[in-house]
Amino acid sequence: MHRFANPARFTRLADRILPFAAVGTVVALGVGFYLALFVAPGDYQQGESVRIMYVHVPSAWMAMFIYVAIAVASAVALIWRHPLADLAAKASSPVGAGFAFLTLVTGSLWGRPMWGTWWEWDGRLTSMLILFFLYLGHMALLNAFEDSQRGYRAAAILALVGVVNIPIIKFSVDWWSTLHQPASVMRLDGPTIHPSMLWPLLIVAVGFKLYYLTVVLLRIKSELIAARLRALDLATVKAAEVQGQAVQG
Amino acid sequence: MEEITAFFEMGGYAVYVWPSLALTVVIMAGLLIATLRQLRNRQRRLAELEARGVQRQRRQRPAPDPTAQPGAETREARP
Amino acid sequence: MRGLALLVARDLRLALRQSADAWLAVLFFVLTAALFPFGVGPEPNLLARIAPGIIWVVALLAVLLSLERLFLADFEDGSLEQLLLSPLPLELAVLGKVLAHWLTTGLPLIAAAPLLAVLFHMDLSGLGVLLLAMLLGTPTLSLVGAVGAALTLGARRGGVLIPLLVLPLYVPALIFGVGATDAALLGLTARPHLLLLGAVLLVMLVITPLAGAAALRQAIE
Repeated sequence: MHRFANPARFTRLADRILPFAAVGTVVALGVGFYLALFVAPGDYQQGESVRIMYVHVPSAWMAMFIYVAIAVASAVALIWRHPLADLAAKASSPVGAGFAFLTLVTGSLWGRPMWGTWWEWDGRLTSMLILFFLYLGHMALLNAFEDSQRGYRAAAILALVGVVNIPIIKFSVDWWSTLHQPASVMRLDGPTIHPSMLWPLLIVAVGFKLYYLTVVLLRIKSELIAARLRALDLATVKAAEVQGQAVQG
Repeated sequence: MEEITAFFEMGGYAVYVWPSLALTVVIMAGLLIATLRQLRNRQRRLAELEARGVQRQRRQRPAPDPTAQPGAETREARP
Repeated sequence: MRGLALLVARDLRLALRQSADAWLAVLFFVLTAALFPFGVGPEPNLLARIAPGIIWVVALLAVLLSLERLFLADFEDGSLEQLLLSPLPLELAVLGKVLAHWLTTGLPLIAAAPLLAVLFHMDLSGLGVLLLAMLLGTPTLSLVGAVGAALTLGARRGGVLIPLLVLPLYVPALIFGVGATDAALLGLTARPHLLLLGAVLLVMLVITPLAGAAALRQAIE
């Protein structure tokens, strides 16, 4: 696994994958949104507002998927001390936070015509709000240290604690929301959904996954260059110090 | 024509559907653009640093006659 | 085991010497709760209705307030490094620190809770369940908080970071804690809530010493 710890090798691999991921993203999102907007039928209860589902639900999936991905990367980073895993976790966090935010806002926009309010303390939305806060905490902790290595390790531990807690939080919030109000309108009761709605949903979800892959690869590349810049800066400073000492001596 | 307006009206839900899609595009494109700009910036700085590093190494070699072209470097640096 | 007892005893001694800290947490608890009638009005039924929620939220904030000091003094004066070198496993040491923290923060809060229940006109038949829920819930707050405190050692703006890291993880304890008391006040059984609260405590009892010890190790390195 440490084969790809070499930055040059990783960058070569990333450069080979990136064109496919980028083209795949464009194609999947193009087809998915075309189907979602033009082909898929309106819902018999919710009418055309159901089209918000095609961004809301895949965003929610992505927000959860990316947190798990961060947790896996964090475990790899902590156990095998693999440097790329740290970078992958750091690169993923803003993307996950973006999707969580998108889920919240589209949920609110969907909820307005359905519930009549901009915000309802519905179980799913509330869990997503907490997940969004978990992302913010992860990002804040990553950037809270002078020494970036410490930030990586602290954030990795936090991500693992978070991923163990997510099922507990989810369960407790569901329990709480069913105690306080009837079930939500955002029904997505698995197999009963009609194929003409399921296909666009799945294709958009694939597009989001490929988008995530593209952005994460670019961000890791960027982080690798940043690390090299820091090393060069340090070398310049050291060289200057050596020169200064030579002049004084 | 009617079909097109009907499409944009989204059965009366236009105010909710279109902002959702627009926000999706804004967030996803924004994140991608920010990432790309950061990457480009860092690539440029790295290229600059490496170019300068190469120069410095050259200068350490047996120095050419210092009186030959004293202003050569500054002149090059100007756009 | 003896090492653990010594550690807890040392922390308790230190806390007693600075007993002002524990008093401040309790004072914060009562004072903040006393602000709510000014915010929502003194109507007894409303106050009684929201009393469990307010007591829990304010207790949570009081615990939060005390977290930053949990490892900071030991981190700054170097005793944390001693702890790392001692034969006592660091996971146990974390548990010891958490126990000392709970004895000096959680327990005083529980002792002060009946006062708030009276101030808020809470039906005193629910008091037993409230105290039992707090007895099960506040250790969870200390355990999770210890991880947050350990992770932010040496961080820029560590004190502001802790709430951001810890509060989302406090949600289950808050939900089940308030749920238990609400159920008791409505005359329903509080048993499932209390069992869930206990389950959360057990899970945290396993995870947080591991995470806290890992966090301390990387902070010292």
